[in-house]
Amino acid sequence: MSETKKFMYINRRPPYGTVYPLEGLEVVLIGAAFEQDVCMAFISDGVFQLKQGQDTIESGMKNFSPTYRALGDYEVTRIYVERESLEERGLTEADLMPLTWEDEDDDWAEKPSIQIVSRTQLSDLLEEQDVVFNF
Amino acid sequence: MLHTVNKSSFESASLKICLGLAKSGSDILLIEDGVYGALAGTIHATMLAEATSAVSVYALGPDLKARGLPEDRLISGIKVVGYDGFVELACANDKVQSWL
Repeated sequence: MSETKKFMYINRRPPYGTVYPLEGLEVVLIGAAFEQDVCMAFISDGVFQLKQGQDTIESGMKNFSPTYRALGDYEVTRIYVERESLEERGLTEADLMPLTWEDEDDDWAEKPSIQIVSRTQLSDLLEEQDVVFNF
Repeated sequence: MLHTVNKSSFESASLKICLGLAKSGSDILLIEDGVYGALAGTIHATMLAEATSAVSVYALGPDLKARGLPEDRLISGIKVVGYDGFVELACANDKVQSWL
């Protein structure tokens, strides 16, 4: 068994203007099968990917926002959202869709996956990673 | 002239460039990721709010909905239109300038 590496997926684009966010999410879900130490970071316009209340019916696009809720089941339990990026966009944590995971070591208690972190904290987290992917 | 902006104002300068070049009385329609520029309380909100005195600013409703942006979160003075409104604006103006 190879050694576990720390992976970070950085998401910095808004959800529908390009295919990056959807493709990135699929890579995370597929990559989860390799049992690495995975986290995601949402910065810049990437924070809009987690905006609550996306409704694409009129625009005819695929609403992939419910898929983020599957991340907890794939053991992606650390989702960092940069506070400064939210503030610059007039958003707060309450604007984000709630994402949770079930902790098997704690009687399957449901715990929040989203952590709001400062740019400085995120900078430290980035430095810790072995592998970083950008979408 | 109708100006359309389809890029997020946080990722691209296209909204700023458009506002700088649009004549008084122009129509400006925010579409696709451009609708993020219509959000109130952002670092770019003042720029657009000030422009609404000289130009008419519209945002495309279906693109707002797709992104989870309700009308009560928009800069006041921005009008929300549907695809039919997009067509009406295109017909009412002699030219359309797309800031891609």
